[in-house]
Amino acid sequence: MGQATFRIWRTKPEGGGEFRDYPAEVGEGMVVLDAVHQIQATQAPDLACRWNCKAGKCGSCSAEVNGVPRLMCMTRLDDLPTDQPVIVEPMQAFPPVKDLVTDVSWNYEVKKRIAPFKPRPADAPDGTWRMAQEDADRVQEFRKCIECFLCQDVCHVLRDHHKHEQFVGPRFLVYAASLEMNPLDTGDRVPELKKEYGIGYCNITKCCTKVCPEHITITDNAIIPLKERVVDEFYDPVLKLIQLVFRPRKK
Amino acid sequence: MPTDYQTFEHDVIVIGAGGAGLRAAIEASAAGVSVGLVCKSLLGKAHTVMAEGGIAAALANVDERDNWKVHFADTMRGGQYVNNWRMAQLHAQEAPARVRELEAWGAVFDRTADGRILQRNFGGHKYPRLAHVGDRTGLELIRTLQDHGVHRGISVYMERTVVRLLKDGDRIAGALAYDRERGRFTVFRAKALVLACGGVGKAFKITSNSWEYTGDGHTLAYDAGAELIDMEFVQFHPTGMVWPPSVRGILVTEGVRGEGGVLRNSNGDRFMFGDIPDNYKPQTAKDEEEGFRYVLGDKDANRPPELLTRDHVARCIVREVREGRGSPHGGVFLELQTFAQWFGKRKRGFDAAEHWKKKLPSMYHQFKELGGLDITKEPMEVGPTTHYVMGGVRVDSDTQMSRIPGLFACGECAAGINGANRLGGNSLSDLLVLGKRAGEFAARYAKETAAGQVHADQVDAAGRWALEPFERAGDENPFKVQQDLQDMMQDLVGIVRREDEMLRALEGLEQLKRRSARCKVPGNREYNPGWHTAMDLHSLLTVSEGITRAALVRKESRGAQFRDDFPNKDTANFGKVNTITSRGPDGRMQVRLEPVPPMPGELKDAIAAEAGGKLPEELK
Repeated sequence: MGQATFRIWRTKPEGGGEFRDYPAEVGEGMVVLDAVHQIQATQAPDLACRWNCKAGKCGSCSAEVNGVPRLMCMTRLDDLPTDQPVIVEPMQAFPPVKDLVTDVSWNYEVKKRIAPFKPRPADAPDGTWRMAQEDADRVQEFRKCIECFLCQDVCHVLRDHHKHEQFVGPRFLVYAASLEMNPLDTGDRVPELKKEYGIGYCNITKCCTKVCPEHITITDNAIIPLKERVVDEFYDPVLKLIQLVFRPRKK
Repeated sequence: MPTDYQTFEHDVIVIGAGGAGLRAAIEASAAGVSVGLVCKSLLGKAHTVMAEGGIAAALANVDERDNWKVHFADTMRGGQYVNNWRMAQLHAQEAPARVRELEAWGAVFDRTADGRILQRNFGGHKYPRLAHVGDRTGLELIRTLQDHGVHRGISVYMERTVVRLLKDGDRIAGALAYDRERGRFTVFRAKALVLACGGVGKAFKITSNSWEYTGDGHTLAYDAGAELIDMEFVQFHPTGMVWPPSVRGILVTEGVRGEGGVLRNSNGDRFMFGDIPDNYKPQTAKDEEEGFRYVLGDKDANRPPELLTRDHVARCIVREVREGRGSPHGGVFLELQTFAQWFGKRKRGFDAAEHWKKKLPSMYHQFKELGGLDITKEPMEVGPTTHYVMGGVRVDSDTQMSRIPGLFACGECAAGINGANRLGGNSLSDLLVLGKRAGEFAARYAKETAAGQVHADQVDAAGRWALEPFERAGDENPFKVQQDLQDMMQDLVGIVRREDEMLRALEGLEQLKRRSARCKVPGNREYNPGWHTAMDLHSLLTVSEGITRAALVRKESRGAQFRDDFPNKDTANFGKVNTITSRGPDGRMQVRLEPVPPMPGELKDAIAAEAGGKLPEELK
């Protein structure tokens, strides 16, 4: 199928970085991660990237391909214009480590702040619960998340406005939703959603939903219902929320 | 120059954060000791996420006839009776509690009509036994353990690779690791150490395993003086993707067959009906109709032949391809349409596309996005892929401790429970049951023992070894050496084995060892995959040699090992023995045979009860 050029972000030991062009052979069905591996094996053994399963199941190989946050292992070259260089760069919302690798440790810290699952007493004497499949369905959608953090990467609250201290990001709103909507869970995270997790910062642009490789309808199914719970629970929060949500943002 | 390093100290260090490592860490932590969890990747990315079909446990939610004895008998039959019976017993007995516990920690399994955990059919399991979440059960399991574990005070050290275990005399004292980000060394000092490092699949070209599967746990233990057992038994999963080339080997879950998928050759024949082993005949469907009724849960029906054990199905596929009845890209066809048509005639308004998207969501996306194929409409092309190693560190059946005091192992890098062939679904239950036991006994050991000394000479030697690829004047590219190893193992020690080919493989391994000692990597120590690969070669070469030598010793075909030159079982000579691999006094690898421990009468009865009252030859 011929050759293509991959324009890959390389960091420099002294700091900063630059795009460098690498040619790679393109075969049928190839994905961007295959090209990165080929380049590693033949031209740049120290080219850093994370990957594990190469099947879209572990969420390790997150990067930006031609400016779009994607899993490299699920981005087929025949869906890209290979007559032009394919631009591969690291996620922009996290501090760079090296080349395509970023420091995503912030996400692990955020997760610890969210109150864990706390089930109601078991329904049956053998310590088990009963749950209808349709109730499971709702939560299972959120639990499909592979923690690739592409939604965090694309979210302008984090990416452009760097509100990492005030806002947990779409991934952890989905996580909170998976706990809040679990029929067995007895925890109440609604006050935290408002105060600590910063749900009001989300103004429903749905960018996160668009980039989710697991096709989770993050905004509609997770964030909006949580926002409604926040509205319901607080005495006079409606006006405040509208202000937060619809306040014009500086670009 | 002495090696520069940072030291972290814990009562128990767990190496590996897949299902087994996480479960061990949680248990040790619950016992009140300080626990460090060290992993090569980010937390939650380990190979467990790839497990699709489910967790085998005799919950009896779907078929009330199921119980631990049937699960035990199924596991032993699947393993061709060279399993460690005690591990198989503990596994079958304790798996239901481990699954229920996951639910208490937040896992959301698929449900039965009355709201209990749903269970599905799988190869070699007599009753529907696999608790599952669509076809992403492994993700559910690892995420549940991860989210539960982070609130237990476990210290997690991510993206750190252990290169050597450190000993104080005979006992374990810690481990030396490097971090990927900066390439700095870390000494983890511990009273007890649990290996949970997964498998060896990256020794082969076509594999469902990720880059992490380089046999680290096996090699760390072997280098430290532990024994390996059953190394010849490498499971080739019958159904991996074969096209396009870049996805070759990626797993297609057995759940596809569990939900009614059938295998066909290029003539359109459902070839599995033509080759059913005698010991499985009584529990295999006689015709298509009966097989489909089984899929739908008819308790009077037997399972379709596609759900025979993995070793057998994989060999049948190889035979079809070799005899010219394969698919265009060297596999066979796996299709859902026959079942959908049959079912559609019986259920009004059956929407096949919706049904499969719900039952097999990640398979649907995997083929749609990577193969450009709609599995609800078109047949898949599948062929065998290296999937799992039954062999591993030899450990005590109750405590999971190796022969090195303080060194424990669990999950895929430990061995015994699966014998010659693992049943699908038994690895997730194995890593929960035996992972928990490893954590429990490691904590107990740590409480009863003072910490050993870390000796500087060991740290220095390991550190110098790790840095050699930067300093030597070699000319070899580690990626190329790794690729040549994978090609060779695939060709010479793969699914069909012969003595002459394996002897050639041993010579090839010696050459590859020499080449790996000449590997040179450019760049610095910061996140340098070339350097990491150069170090991984040591473990890949060690386990490859272990597999080859053990496979040579077992001059018979049993379970996952198929010898073209000894195509039958030889129960008299090999049906009651395990291969034991260890480093000899001369520093060379040696393999010997040891008898399988004798099984108590009560367990023999459980097996006979499931085999028409007759005891298999191996147990007589």
